Amino acid sequence: MLGVTPRNALESVASPRFLLSWWPWRSVGYLLSSLPVLAVLAMPLAWLTLPWLVAGGLLITRPTSAIVGILVLVLLGAVLVGAGAPLVAIPLAVAERWRLGLVDTRPLWEDHRLPPGPGLWNWLRTRYSETATWREVGYVFLFVVWQGLYLTLCGVGLVLVFLVASPAILMTGDGPVAMGPWTITQPEQAWWLPLVGLLLAPVLLYLVGIAVGAHAAAARALLGGNRARTELVEVARSRARLVDAFEAERRRIERDLHDGAQERLVSLTLRLGLAKLDLPEDSPARQNVADAHDQAKQVMAELRELVRGLNPRVLADRGLGAALAELGDRSAIPAQVRTDLPEWLPPHVESTAYFVAAEALTNVAKHSGATAVTVSAWTGAGLLVIEVGDNGRGGADPANGSGLTGLADRAATLDGRMLLSSPVGGPTLLRVELPCGDNRSE
Amino acid sequence: MLAEDGVLLREGLAGLLGRFDFEVLAAVGDGTALRRAVAEHRPELVITDIRMPPGLRDEGLRAAVELRRADPDLAVVALSQYVERSYAAELLDSGGGRRVGYLLKDRVVDVEEFVTVLRQVVAGGTVVDPQVVRQLLNRQRDPLTKLSVREREVLALVAEGRSNTSIAAHLVVTEAAVTKHVGNILAKLDLPPHEDSNRRVLAVLAYLRSS
Repeated sequence: MLGVTPRNALESVASPRFLLSWWPWRSVGYLLSSLPVLAVLAMPLAWLTLPWLVAGGLLITRPTSAIVGILVLVLLGAVLVGAGAPLVAIPLAVAERWRLGLVDTRPLWEDHRLPPGPGLWNWLRTRYSETATWREVGYVFLFVVWQGLYLTLCGVGLVLVFLVASPAILMTGDGPVAMGPWTITQPEQAWWLPLVGLLLAPVLLYLVGIAVGAHAAAARALLGGNRARTELVEVARSRARLVDAFEAERRRIERDLHDGAQERLVSLTLRLGLAKLDLPEDSPARQNVADAHDQAKQVMAELRELVRGLNPRVLADRGLGAALAELGDRSAIPAQVRTDLPEWLPPHVESTAYFVAAEALTNVAKHSGATAVTVSAWTGAGLLVIEVGDNGRGGADPANGSGLTGLADRAATLDGRMLLSSPVGGPTLLRVELPCGDNRSE
Repeated sequence: MLAEDGVLLREGLAGLLGRFDFEVLAAVGDGTALRRAVAEHRPELVITDIRMPPGLRDEGLRAAVELRRADPDLAVVALSQYVERSYAAELLDSGGGRRVGYLLKDRVVDVEEFVTVLRQVVAGGTVVDPQVVRQLLNRQRDPLTKLSVREREVLALVAEGRSNTSIAAHLVVTEAAVTKHVGNILAKLDLPPHEDSNRRVLAVLAYLRSS
């Protein structure tokens, strides 16, 4: 840590400029400010641990008293502490996080989750069930134990102050000053006492720095949250929500197009076809209508492809198995499709699996030079597995910017993964695994 | 008899049928109404959309299969939004596979061809959408790989219900050449030779479907 600006008490102790910096005084301030906190904490803690105190007192004063009574008291104390400690720990943690700023400049986030809804019950249920709360309870015990050390250090501090002030006391006061085996009566005899006090003061400051630094480090570990992990979970959740919303939107657009535009277009084209027949063979009007009819048919085909790309009707109507079979049938390269799938799969898993297979088949047709391709899909151990294998030239590399990265991304949005084996010369096997349990993993 | 849940398309189809001297006895919008209307009017031909309310899945197909089980001579043409082999198979299996058609919905816009299909079906024929046939042929099956490219083309046309004359015209070859191809195909696939073009279609389709 040499040459680096210390960020907390422990680092500052290691710095050669410790005594010249603000850190010793910040540490002292931290130590002293913990005393009023202890005072406030003492009352509720005493109530919570009262049965234990009584039991302890009984054991000491009347060791022969009823063992059953002591056991009952110990159990009662455990229940009280278990139920009440979080209520003490949570406000203490708030205060302590704030106080920690004195000796640790790094930001600290609390690790509590948001209750699922308003109301006391939701709050209690969330707090009592999360590890953050019980880590804070652990901090309460650490805090109390550490106060013993602080009080000792305070005592030493007072002695040093007394040493430094002893000549003045001798001058103003009357009577001798007792220092253990020595008794000093004349100020002239005590000239070395302030010297000892001043020499010991840096030692005390170092001790305070170490004690406070250790306390602060422990506080940070117990009171702080892993911000990155918390945020990652939140990001994963929001990503999953986005994917869901996106899929729902696709399905809605597909339905609207299917029930609206597509239907009207077929009807329009049909009428154009009919109109054509009613016009004389070689009239210009007939030629025009015939052209319009052809164009309408083309638009029909294009719209159909577009809608299929959004969300294939067969997938919605008959499920992944049928949709994959249809996909295999339409494949440019003869495809063999084998599926062993349950009746129902989550819709977002089905559509992702379908698009993975579709994209993989397109890739095979474009790049592999294969003459046969197999598509297999099955479920097991909470996973939906899709394998697309071909007998082409291999050497597929996701780094070459093919659709493979897109496939991997697509699988990743559902916490799935993509595996690819494609040695040069082939064959190529692409495997995508998607979790398909009822509840999405976090 | 017409069953289609889209109002616009239903009216368009009714207009088309009227234009070609079909009499539309009833035009309905769901499977239940279709069953009731068939019982009431005893039509010669039923044209039905496969996907209809209330389930919006295969209500039309269910109704058609049921109707044909009750009356195997009822001609049915089913229109489908997408190619689904199992739909075609179920229809062909009902009522001995005659007087039945399975077409993609988009085919109705080629008015004259569509009407030809309707007439074929009413006359006792079997018509399966060319795309279905193409997909059946597309599947990798050992005996099919024994066929030459030309033979596969001919096979696809046979499966669509065409006669040798029609195939010859389509491929611009002599009818004798087509007859020879068909003979070779049936021999390679171990299918019994048939003069009756409809039974020939059924044999081919049955072969293609069996997997």
